[in-house]
Amino acid sequence: MSRLDIKHGIIEMGHGSGGRASATLIEELFVRHFDNSLLSQGNDQAAFNVPAGRMVISTDAHVITPLFFPGGDIGSLSVHGTINDVAMSGAAPLYLAASFIIEEGFPLADLEAIVISMAGASKAAGVPVVTGDTKVVERGKGDGVFITTTGIGIVPAGVDISGDRAKAGDAIIVSGSIGDHGIAILSSREGLEFGTAMASDSAALHTLVAAMVADVPGIRCLRDPTRGGLATTLNELARQSGVGMRIEEAAIPVKAEVRGACELLGLDPLYIANEGKLVCIVAAEDAAHLLAIMHKHPLAQNAAIIGTVCADAQQMVVMQTAFGGNRVVDWLAGEQLPRIC
Amino acid sequence: MKYVDEFRDGDTARALAGLIRAAVKPDVNYRLMEFCGGHTHAIFRFGVNDLMPENVSFIHGPGCPVCVLPAGRIESAIRLAEEEDVILCTYADLMRVPAGKHDSLHKAKARGADIRMIYSATDALAIARANPERQVVFFAIGFETTTPPTAAVLKIAKAMQLSNFTVFCNHVETPPAMMHILSAGEARIDGILGPSHVSAIIGSHAYAACCDTYRVPLVIAGFEPVDVIQSVLMLVRQINAGEARVENQYTRAVSEHGNQKAQALMAEVFEQRPIFEWRGLGSLPESAVQINSVYAAFDAEKRFAMQEISTADIKGCICPAVLRGMNNPDECKLFGTACTPEDPKGACMVSSEGACAAYYSYGRYRTAGAEQ
Repeated sequence: MSRLDIKHGIIEMGHGSGGRASATLIEELFVRHFDNSLLSQGNDQAAFNVPAGRMVISTDAHVITPLFFPGGDIGSLSVHGTINDVAMSGAAPLYLAASFIIEEGFPLADLEAIVISMAGASKAAGVPVVTGDTKVVERGKGDGVFITTTGIGIVPAGVDISGDRAKAGDAIIVSGSIGDHGIAILSSREGLEFGTAMASDSAALHTLVAAMVADVPGIRCLRDPTRGGLATTLNELARQSGVGMRIEEAAIPVKAEVRGACELLGLDPLYIANEGKLVCIVAAEDAAHLLAIMHKHPLAQNAAIIGTVCADAQQMVVMQTAFGGNRVVDWLAGEQLPRIC
Repeated sequence: MKYVDEFRDGDTARALAGLIRAAVKPDVNYRLMEFCGGHTHAIFRFGVNDLMPENVSFIHGPGCPVCVLPAGRIESAIRLAEEEDVILCTYADLMRVPAGKHDSLHKAKARGADIRMIYSATDALAIARANPERQVVFFAIGFETTTPPTAAVLKIAKAMQLSNFTVFCNHVETPPAMMHILSAGEARIDGILGPSHVSAIIGSHAYAACCDTYRVPLVIAGFEPVDVIQSVLMLVRQINAGEARVENQYTRAVSEHGNQKAQALMAEVFEQRPIFEWRGLGSLPESAVQINSVYAAFDAEKRFAMQEISTADIKGCICPAVLRGMNNPDECKLFGTACTPEDPKGACMVSSEGACAAYYSYGRYRTAGAEQ
């Protein structure tokens, strides 16, 4: 069987045909780097035993531009994204499946870099990629590479986390500074390069969640504020639970670099994406204890209570500004766009 | 953040608001027009209204670049993108503004037109250089803030002899719009919060004629909430004293004569347009610029023989009245029901500087009566 020329080679239609070239690609790139016994069996599926209890499943398609950005790339992001979606149920993630749609002509060296990064993220998280699929589309019909990952996990007994459980009086906690990922991406996007050392916060949050639910199994809601940012996540939770929220601008952690970039571009950090943060809603009496636990975890050292849930038929999220006024924090309409005046 | 935090300081703001409360006469209503959408948003985003006495109210002006662009000009741009197969480059704010019936640049893009969102005029130039086989048109809009960058890229394009780059010029001028609103007299205006960034270009002296002719005080105000509140105090004092002067609160950016390099650049490339249609204000003589004869080769209106298109606004939309300061956004029947930021019917609901968007995005909790 011919070897892949990773240094100079590119993806050709044959790599997705299911024939010999496909097998070479899978063995020399995916199986080699993901390196686990379930995947190495070479079946079209992975079979494994599961413990009794509640399982969760989640899937996430990753279509990011640029593919490589400060603090990560589409590979690590596709692992973190799905692990986090699984973990936001309180579950311990077990396994991942990954599906690649690759554009003809995509450099093998880039693909390998992505797969190595993905494998590294998966190993670091202890959540192996145990099955997958590869398709190749003609040049011009994809954007380099799209990666869809699906994850499953087991929810510990006694944990019941859902977006519809927030109650008036509950505390709202965010696990750290917001907007880091979105600003890192924007700063490296073509046509908008601006000098910032900002790195994406892309990270797997399942160990943080495990520590949180171990001590406070009664956590009501968890969600990672990815696209649409903190504002969108709070509005989603308010609608699902049929409640309002009152938050304080001064309590929300935002890094100076993110604030600066947002000022310059006319953007609002509340709407900027995160990939390594979570929002937690918990009964007020558990909030201080939970916050102390979060502070001990490396991914939540800047966690903060940012507000409270309240009764509100309009389900509005209202923020007291650092300035002292009030304003609605609405859903994001369309995309956030830089202002021109 | 320096130059931002101190101008968003709640204590300073409350101290200034206390001075305003002490200064206002109880039997006088102070109706102040903030010309710029940037001010409208600062007022709502930070809750400046919450600090004002009852008898100080804000009237929202037309200073939102995309709001005053008539639907016909957007329709023209869409036709250019679709029928002439050009690459149309535009500031992102314009993408969702309603053109003709249920159309927008966003929708045209989804249909396959090559429309690119850019962050700077020079991006359009870069796209033209990267695509020598395609015609690239920069859909240029805005007040005097965005006019100098357009002039700069025209100058560069000419120097580079770029044959595939043109500008669809829609740049408008602030003082004529202000004069028009004051002369029409439809809205009672006791004082004006003058533009921040525009004034940095054209200078504070540009409004002297406005103040003299219509006996109305004007204070050039920065875009931060403390700037706005301090400017309100300055206006209240002028009104109480019966004065009608141009005052400059935004001294950290605005000088009397403005940015003269930018003015020279504009003068080199543009000339007065005899008449221009504004959304809401109608056709105003000498209120906009066009590309002059020296740069005619880079004028998209000439290269593509573009025709004026007249498109009616959506029925029921009161954007025109909002832009003239006659109505507040929540007085519109479509506000928050048929017209929302997700599905805007009028331009004022789209833009990050539109008055309707400010009301909807930040201010709704007042009208909805949500508990605090």
